[in-house]
Amino acid sequence: MSRFEINLMLLAGIAITCCAALPFMTEGFYLTLAVNIALYIALCTAWTLFSGPTHLVSLATAAFFGIGIYATAIGIEYLPFPLAILCGGLAGALFAAAVGAMTLRLSGVYFVIFTLGLAELARQIVTYLQTKIFGSIGLFVLTDHTEGDLFYYLLALIVAIFVTGWLIGRSRLGFAMRVIGNDELVAKHFGIEVARSKIILFVISGGFIAMAGAIMAPRYAYVEPASAFNATMSFMVVIMALLGGTRRLWGPLVGVVPFTIVTDFISANFPEHINIMIGLAFLLIVYLLKDGVSGLIDKAMRTRRGTRLQGAKS
Amino acid sequence: MTTPILQIDYLRKEFGGLVAVNDVSFAVAEGELLGLIGPNGSGKTTTMNLISGAMPATAGTIRLDGQSISELTAAAISRAGVARTFQLVRILPEMSAIENVIAGGVYSRANRWGPEAETRARELLARVGLEERSELALSAMTYIDQKRVELARALAADPRLLLLDEWLAGLNPTELQMAIGLIRSIHDEGMTIIMVEHVMDAIRSLCDRCVVMSSGTKIGEGATADVLSDPHVMAAYLGEE
Amino acid sequence: MTILVTGILLGGTYALIALGLTLQYGVARIMNLSNGETLVAACFSAWLLFTTTGINPLWGLLIIAPLGFVANGAIYLGLLRPLVRRATSQGMLEVDSILATFGLLFLFEGLMHLGFGGAYFNYQFLAVPFKFLGGSYALNRITAFGAAAAIALALYLFLYKTRMGTAVRAVAVDPEAARLVAIDVGLIAAFAFGLGGAITACGGVLLSTFYTFNASMGAVFTMKALIIVIMGGVGDVRGAVIAALILGVMETLVASLIDPGLTLAATYGLFVLILLFRPQGLFGGAAG
Repeated sequence: MSRFEINLMLLAGIAITCCAALPFMTEGFYLTLAVNIALYIALCTAWTLFSGPTHLVSLATAAFFGIGIYATAIGIEYLPFPLAILCGGLAGALFAAAVGAMTLRLSGVYFVIFTLGLAELARQIVTYLQTKIFGSIGLFVLTDHTEGDLFYYLLALIVAIFVTGWLIGRSRLGFAMRVIGNDELVAKHFGIEVARSKIILFVISGGFIAMAGAIMAPRYAYVEPASAFNATMSFMVVIMALLGGTRRLWGPLVGVVPFTIVTDFISANFPEHINIMIGLAFLLIVYLLKDGVSGLIDKAMRTRRGTRLQGAKS
Repeated sequence: MTTPILQIDYLRKEFGGLVAVNDVSFAVAEGELLGLIGPNGSGKTTTMNLISGAMPATAGTIRLDGQSISELTAAAISRAGVARTFQLVRILPEMSAIENVIAGGVYSRANRWGPEAETRARELLARVGLEERSELALSAMTYIDQKRVELARALAADPRLLLLDEWLAGLNPTELQMAIGLIRSIHDEGMTIIMVEHVMDAIRSLCDRCVVMSSGTKIGEGATADVLSDPHVMAAYLGEE
Repeated sequence: MTILVTGILLGGTYALIALGLTLQYGVARIMNLSNGETLVAACFSAWLLFTTTGINPLWGLLIIAPLGFVANGAIYLGLLRPLVRRATSQGMLEVDSILATFGLLFLFEGLMHLGFGGAYFNYQFLAVPFKFLGGSYALNRITAFGAAAAIALALYLFLYKTRMGTAVRAVAVDPEAARLVAIDVGLIAAFAFGLGGAITACGGVLLSTFYTFNASMGAVFTMKALIIVIMGGVGDVRGAVIAALILGVMETLVASLIDPGLTLAATYGLFVLILLFRPQGLFGGAAG
């Protein structure tokens, strides 16, 4: 382990401790905002596990998230909350496996198009099933979990996602993904099962996203398809993750915090302008921030190290 | 002769109406260094692509150690023991030289990972003369060094059969002598090699035997000296120029 | 029978929208995810022309199609060509153009939402029944189908019978080779992108004569158009038309026999079948 990594882990430890103390110090608006930030950190980091190395823009986030919400909504009557969350993760993973098996063997465009309408598809099917078969459109999720509780669950999920991401980065699979990201043809010619590797990562990522949905279910109290499968969420995740940068595990973090705050502000004050903001954010990323903010940080650090080396030489 | 390591029978590849490889058959014995030569556009690289599984054949069979590999994917063929370099160098630009070489062995026949993979990669980089530059990003390397990395990466797969697709193209005379020496030493250790090549001096000094292709068809096969003095073969080359 | 005819009539308009997209993707090689916004903008323009000045939407085509051409051409030259120029690989261009056109999708959707709100719009144009093959159909649907067929035919003749059309097809098949025979690939790509926008705009105008529309339906239509394009085979005019008719019939079937809320599910069902069995498109050769 390099010195840099040790420092990073120390920093992460301190950050987690500080975060864990948060619910004791604040409540109401700031706690809700903190939960939102934690939620998007979890979602964006999980999204990046797959979309970072493969460069495939997944818009399936809202579908996985909704599946997680429904897992809790249905499961909470029979299971303790943590088990319901795990079931949500499992359901999301299975769904991801099915979607991945159909689309990830083909060119990337098919995958993007398929995920584009996935949340809407899930919404239509669940609405149909609920109205025609169960006779009611919504489900009550009655738990005594407070926002503070949800915050701790999300924090635990974030730690799990980071540890998983770090382990993947050191594993054969992670190495294979880097090779695939560099040159898919070379990867195939050196024994890497490209489609299978992508599907495995998609399953892991989808499972975590569904778990985040399962954790957030109590906040909804009454779950209906239109609120559970909210397609805008998929786009928000893409923007925040890319804004932060997907080349590093911690990259999305940098994008989530400011963007959640800005979004919160705009949707509170100018709700009509939220789509314009999303549109401008996409254009900003493509034209000005190709590697995200973390890419800029990396570049700045490289330049600084470069000048320091030159300085030492002269 | 024992079972050849590679046996190709009536191999055929059509692109739309164009026949790129027209019922070609040949075999490669264990430890042999076979030259695959012919004018540009004669189907040599397509043949290499069919062997390595980069594209499926229209018809015909390819057998490695007696087992058919014609239906396998490139990944499965790699695990069966075929490794290659590419006509236009294909490196992993965002990874270092040593990572490029490690990549050759992780999932292929070598199936090597961890410190063992790194040790082997360092040996191979030293072998192609790049031990000093192992941490360099590939995008920062010269074309020649990238080619060396590609060879080291193919060797890291512990192949039964090594395919070199114009690996010598673009080298200056000094580099060429060194490169020929390198290929010879790999061959001397018992590696079976097929090389597609235009550098005739290299073919003469390295290859035991040659297969000549022209317009997708095999027009000659035999000991290198005989093949190169065959009037048909000369006509094929001169006709092109 | 009624379902079949209604489906085919709907499919005619879908075909135009998809033809627009397939021109943009097949020739300019940009996956334009904001294609549906051109459609919605055309719907609103036709509505504005009809309700304020009383201009018949069929005449409105003559105004709106050129606007679609200019707007899309300008988007290509101003925003997308820089991406084409900086891309070092097809994969990189794909990701960039997907993100950029997402941006345009949201931007235009947001602007139209600001202008027209989220309400549904429609207007009365030729809303009279027409007896045909033992069924009764709205005359505006039949007119829209006829106009769509005429425009598609004109496009076909342009692509296959004129010099410029041949150049467009050459770029679609192989940009490098086209460059070698002195075709200005950049210009043709911009032209095809504009033309695709114009065709999609025509589809929007015709759609508005019989369909209730709102500011935020663009994405769903982009999705449908994409699936039609894939089903028909990218850049394949004939395939897109047939795929559009299949989708139109399929949607009408599901909506009238099972549940109108499941039309997207029907679209997806078709998409999944295509992905599993014919990813190269209905009439494509070997899988690419």
